Parts: sequence; structure tokens; C-alpha cells
Amino acid sequence: MKGMEENEDWRFKVANREALIGIALAIFNFIWWFGFAYGLGSRPVEEYTYVFGLPSWFFYSCIVGFITIAILVILVVRFFFKEVPFTEEGDEV
Amino acid sequence: MNWPVIIPMLVFLVIIFFIGIWSSRKTAASGDGFIQDYFLGGRELGGFVLAMTMVATYGSASSFLGGPGTAYTMGFGWILLAMSQVVTGYFVLMILGKKFAILARRYNAITLVDFLKMRYQSTAVVLLSAFAIIVFLFSAMAAQWIGGARLVESLTGISYNTALFIFAISVLVYVTIGGFRAVAVTDAVQGAVMVVGTFVLLVAVIIAGGGIPNIIGDLVSENPNLITPYGNEGNLSKAYVSSFWILVGVGVVGLPQIAVRSMSYKSSVSMHRALIIGTIVTGIIMLNMHLIGVFARPILPGIEVGDTVIPLISMEVLPAWLAGIVLAAPMAAIMSTVDSLLILVSSTVVKDVYLNYIKPDASMKTVKRASFGVTAVLGIIVYMLALNPPDLLIFLNLFAFGGLEAAFIWPIVMGLYWKYSNKYGAIASMIMGISSYVGLHFYNQANGNLFGLHTVALPVLLSFLAFVGGSLAFERKAHSFKQARKEQLKHEYATEE
Repeated sequence: MKGMEENEDWRFKVANREALIGIALAIFNFIWWFGFAYGLGSRPVEEYTYVFGLPSWFFYSCIVGFITIAILVILVVRFFFKEVPFTEEGDEV
Repeated sequence: MNWPVIIPMLVFLVIIFFIGIWSSRKTAASGDGFIQDYFLGGRELGGFVLAMTMVATYGSASSFLGGPGTAYTMGFGWILLAMSQVVTGYFVLMILGKKFAILARRYNAITLVDFLKMRYQSTAVVLLSAFAIIVFLFSAMAAQWIGGARLVESLTGISYNTALFIFAISVLVYVTIGGFRAVAVTDAVQGAVMVVGTFVLLVAVIIAGGGIPNIIGDLVSENPNLITPYGNEGNLSKAYVSSFWILVGVGVVGLPQIAVRSMSYKSSVSMHRALIIGTIVTGIIMLNMHLIGVFARPILPGIEVGDTVIPLISMEVLPAWLAGIVLAAPMAAIMSTVDSLLILVSSTVVKDVYLNYIKPDASMKTVKRASFGVTAVLGIIVYMLALNPPDLLIFLNLFAFGGLEAAFIWPIVMGLYWKYSNKYGAIASMIMGISSYVGLHFYNQANGNLFGLHTVALPVLLSFLAFVGGSLAFERKAHSFKQARKEQLKHEYATEE
């Protein structure tokens, strides 16, 4: 992306940054989901532990994982996402 | 006839119908921008409506009937798989996000094909993508209609054909009249119904099953595999389940019906709000619906057609009138998916093919008549196809999803973020994506999944390679959006003179 900086629309820089955040979040989400599900769920069923009656692998991977991601999305949007105009008046800024 | 269930559903359909009429009044009032309005709701969706229309479009029959039905058979492993969809709630809007919204406005794009046309300046790209949308979304629509008719069938006991007819009429009347705004606004209502409905049903199922530990105990004593991540026969492999992250997770960026929603919102504030609401709502609906599917197993053992699990369990555990209201949720999901697909296919025909190549100077009146007419005719054709339906709804549906994703993901994403993207890359990528998807589909059917992955994974990779290869091999040149903008403006001034 070198050489683009000097003449590319400033709003696109914001967009690029936010797209990278999206990718990072998705990777984090996948690792959490995969790690807990197969880390805790690959044992024989007799050795399973339970949280609120649900198998622990499922509880941490799918329920806690979902809540964590939802909180992260809220934080990321609130603190890192910028408001930009969509119409062309924003072009010349 | 099961009137106590049917009446609340009928009331629901009537309400939806009136919202459609109300929205169409708004469309009629804005006169000049008919196309933008009918197919895109005038680009003024707010955050809540945007989030809900995304979720409802995406949370289709596969997640409301097929998905829980499969979870019923496979157990917790299928819920794990379904939870890969939470990523769509934020990923799509973060990736397409602001850049897509800005460019869509700059290009005056109404459809995904408009965007590709302006970015790549190529007739071949336009025709290929219109072709892919029409072919693949047809199979998706047929799958959804079948789901809708099945639902009506299992609720009322009337025959499948009659059910299909009722379903088709209600969808058609409403889409033809209302257009995109009607679809989006009612998606919001339907989305809310879905969230509440799944909660009510989940609680009722847990109570009927004697509490979660009791249900889990029943599942373990029937077959311990049901509570592992590996499926009832232990054959859900890590690779297979993980490849659903492409199919129903990040790959959704490439779905035209989702992309078109990413150009319909009003401002970055509505986009931010939609990111949050969309993530939460997707997660809640997916988690609840699939849990219901699994929990239904000890309560109602021996259901054979997966699609009927949700209707049957609702009628089992809820009082009839409440079941009627709750079942409006999957009905809502199916209707809104069908509606948006119908609008999308008809916009492709009218806007991308008819206006681009057949009659560019058509009058507003002709365009209006063509839009309504094409929408209605398409609906009737899908109805005919759905009359003779295949059994495995979910796979038919996923076939269409995967094919579209393989075709569009790179032309969209790389077109936005990689300056060397050009039409050769886009064409190569679409052809490679579709042909390898179809080819691999048949290979996998005959020989089992290659590398244990879902069909979608390899074509997405291959189409990426084709995209990069094609773009670098022919006329390699860095694209500047600024330069393109200048040329566009010059062209516009020239035509105004």
C-alpha cells in the first residue's frame, strides 16, 4: 500500500484500519471457539465437567465465547471506530 | 385444522401485509428516485433496521428449520458449528464497511453488480455476475419456499401444495407492492419477533424436559456422542466444522444479498449501531434455536423429517395460541429471506441486464412496470420449482450460498482493498470460483469430502489465487480511486453538456 498515502481519501484510511480490526476480531473469535470446544471436548464423555448443566466445552466455547465477542465488539466500536461522512462533500477535507 | 395455532399466524401475516402497503406509499411519494427507492430503500436505513435486515436475510430457513433439525439429529456438535455464524454479525460490516458505503454512493450503485461494473469497467464482469446471481439465488429461493411451505404444512395439516400456494401468494403480494424498504422494515419487526420467540420456546422446552441437567442426562443415556463436539456418530471432524467458518462465517461477505444491505444505510452512526445489534441478535438466535433443536430430542424422540422439529416441539410444549405466535418467528425468517432474494434477483434482471444492455433509455414508467412484473414472474417460476422439492433443504441452500461466495468474495473484497485488482482478476476469480465449486461438489458427493473440508473451502482459496494471478498477469496497473473519481466526474459533465 506504499505510495498511496499522499493522495488517497482520508476516509479510506479509517476504513482500512477498521477492516483490519474486523479481521483481528474474527481470528480471536475463531481461536477462542476452537480452543475451548476441542480443548475441553475431546476427552471421553465420562470425564466431562458441567456448568449450569451444560458440558463445559460448550459453555465456554459457545456461551462465554459469544458474550466475550459481543463485549469486545461494543468496546471496539465505541473506542476505535470513527464517524465519517459518506457523501462526496467529505471528499475534499 | 389447527385453528388456535393458525389464527395468530394469520394475524401476523396481515400485519406484515399492512406494513408493506404503508412502505409502498412512501415509495410512491418519492417519485423520481424510484429505482433507488424500490431496490435500496433510498439509502436511509437506520442502525436497528439495518442490523435486523442483515440478520433476517441471513438467518433463513436453514437456521430456523434445517439447522435445529440437524442439531436434533447430531447433538451439540451442530450447535458448535452453528455458532460460527456469530462472526457475520460484525465481520461483514467491518470489512465492507465504510469504504463500500462511500464508493457505492459515489458510483451511484444500486446493486452489487453496479459496484463491480464501476470498479472493473467490464461488460464480461457484469454479465458473469448477473448470471451467477440469477442461477444461484434461484436455488436458494426454492429452498426457502420449500421451508416455508413445510412449516405451513406441519402447522395446519393441509397438503404441501396448498401450503406452498398460500405461502407464495403472501410473499408475492407483499414484495411486489412494497419493495426494499418494505422488506427491510418488516425484517426489523420479524427480527424482533424471532428474538423473543426463540427465548420463549427455549424456556418452555427446558421446563418440559425437566431442567437442563435432566435433558443432558437423557441425551447421554441415549447416546453420549450427542454431547460431544463430534456429532452423533463421531463423524463431525474438526476440519469440517471449522470450514463452516468460511461458509456461514467470513465468506458471507461475498453474498450479494448481504453486500447490497451494506450500501443501504444512512450514516456511519447507523453502521456502528448495526454492528453491535447484529452481533448480539445473531448470537442469541443461533444459540437458542439450535439448543431448542437438541433439547427437543428427549422430549419428542423419533422425528424423521428434520425440518419439522421446530414446529412439532412448539406445539408440544406451548399452549396453542402461544405456539402460533412463536412459530411466526421461523415464518418471519423465511419470508424475509425470500423477500430479499426476490428483490435482489429482480433488481439484477431489471437494473443490471435490462437497463444496462436491453433498453438503457427506458422511461420511469416502463422501469416501474418492469420491476413489479419481473418480481411477480420470478416468484411464480420459483413457485413452480418448489412444487417438486428435494428432501435436504439445508444442503440445497448451502450449495447456493457456497457458489455465490466463491464467485463474489474476492472481486468485492480485493476490489476494495487491493490496488492491483483488475477485471482480468475478477473474471478469472469468478469463473474459477463457480466451476471449482460445482466440480468439487460432485466430487465430494461421490468420494467424501476432500481433505475433510466443506466444499466451499477450496474454491474460495482457488478463486483467490485466480484473482491475484489474473490481476498481475494482464495489464498490471495500480488503481487509484481518486483518478477514477476524476474520470467519472469528467464523464458526467460531458454528458450533461
